[in-house]
Amino acid sequence: MTINKDGNRSETLRVQGIRKDFGKGASRKEVLGGITLSVADGEFVSIVGPSGSGKSTLFQVIGGLQKPSEGNIWINGEQTTGERGHISYMPQQSALLPWLTVTGNIELSLTISGVDRQEAKQKTKEWLERIGLDEYGNAFPHVLSGGMLQRVSFLRALLAPQRLMLLDEPFGALDALTRLHMQQWLMSIWEQNRRSVLLVTHSIEEALFLSDRIIVLSAAPAVVLDEFQVPFQRPRSEALWTDPRFNEMKQQIYELLKVGVRTGG
Amino acid sequence: MGNNTSFWSKAWPPLVTLAGVIACWQAAVTWGGIDQWMLPSPLSIVQEAIRIWPRLLMHMRATVQLTLFGFVGGSAVGFVLAALLHLIPGMRRAFYPLIVLSQSIPIIAIAPILTMFFGYGLLPKVMLVVMVCFFPVAIAMLSGLSNPDAQLRNYLQMIGIGKWQMFWRLELPHAIVHLFSGLKIAASYSVLSAIVAEWIGSNRGLGYFMILSFKGFMPDRVFAAVIIIVLFSLLLFAIVALAERLIIRWQPASDQHTK
Repeated sequence: MTINKDGNRSETLRVQGIRKDFGKGASRKEVLGGITLSVADGEFVSIVGPSGSGKSTLFQVIGGLQKPSEGNIWINGEQTTGERGHISYMPQQSALLPWLTVTGNIELSLTISGVDRQEAKQKTKEWLERIGLDEYGNAFPHVLSGGMLQRVSFLRALLAPQRLMLLDEPFGALDALTRLHMQQWLMSIWEQNRRSVLLVTHSIEEALFLSDRIIVLSAAPAVVLDEFQVPFQRPRSEALWTDPRFNEMKQQIYELLKVGVRTGG
Repeated sequence: MGNNTSFWSKAWPPLVTLAGVIACWQAAVTWGGIDQWMLPSPLSIVQEAIRIWPRLLMHMRATVQLTLFGFVGGSAVGFVLAALLHLIPGMRRAFYPLIVLSQSIPIIAIAPILTMFFGYGLLPKVMLVVMVCFFPVAIAMLSGLSNPDAQLRNYLQMIGIGKWQMFWRLELPHAIVHLFSGLKIAASYSVLSAIVAEWIGSNRGLGYFMILSFKGFMPDRVFAAVIIIVLFSLLLFAIVALAERLIIRWQPASDQHTK
């Protein structure tokens, strides 16, 4: 963890007053209504919000695919608004290229992210063994289960050198049981390999279980309704799910989201 | 192993049907009173083919050469053209409609013009086959290049891929599946157009041999040529299909069966 000169944890991501409109004139639609948030170095932050609240648009703005109508993005203290290549990314669908093997897919992502070929090879091999998928290294993605695909997809994002990881509803397409397994798996790997994470999810439980801080967005045009520090100690385990404080916070965030849907556009 | 069994279980009914048709044909000519000069029997076609085999072989070589030059050349032209139209902004919109329009020109009508300009050598005939072959390849390739998976594209853009890498890593591999369907069509077209080219202006090749035999009232030779052409066409198609199976190994087996 790097400490800046003010003695605070330095910021990996700062989203400053981001507004985004689509269309012009009468058909103009405001999707992001001025969002400010930050992710500290090594912090795990989740965004929850009603569906259609522009979370994907926010990710595209942070990733540099969309230019904001107003506002700026800073990554590692550098202004990167509209620039690509500053983040690593895990989408909802694993998005592995079907014509590359598991190993080939990870290596390709790493080389695009700026890792040299030799290092990418060695890292990929080492980590596939570590997560127990080495026997699938030479397999094409279509033979893997949904859970395995998402493990590969997470690994691909984790091994990239970029400090900031964007996880876009990574377990949204999995069945409930696989989803719980995957949350614990991701948690244990992340706790040993801290990175700055911004996670978008529909599930309040998932956000509470995984994150240090939760940001609640309203419906479109999205604004930050509130932020919650998540007080639970790490390393965390599934014992948390039955903790009364866990359910209390869940209720609190749920109430806030209900109001957010009503007041939002 | 399992694959072989399923191949034979699929292959034997049409093969038996084919054998039945040939047997009926032979019977009709032998006992049915059809004259040999109208419809030669299968047996006499084979006998004649064996008798003049060296000549057939010489003509076959010419046709194979013409077809392969044309097929490879046409496919290469189609491939490069599609890549250029895709990569250079604005080119696709300027040229695509013209390419489609060019297909309404009957190629047979062009053949005499090509012969007029370039004589009776190999060049005008190869040009004709190329002109026929490039189209299915270019169109298939362009459609493959233009709509790769939106999620894959979004992912690669998010992690900062450049335009060239996007072409090599996503668009081109995605287009290969489409490319092969274009190549299969081009393979059949290439044989067809090579024969037509040989009818119009040539002094060798199976197309030329057919016309010659037809004018000389030798129907068994015409049939022999036709059968060789059919077999060659099937072989070329099979080679392309085999190449496809070797190159595209990533598709789930179930997808390949449904195609």
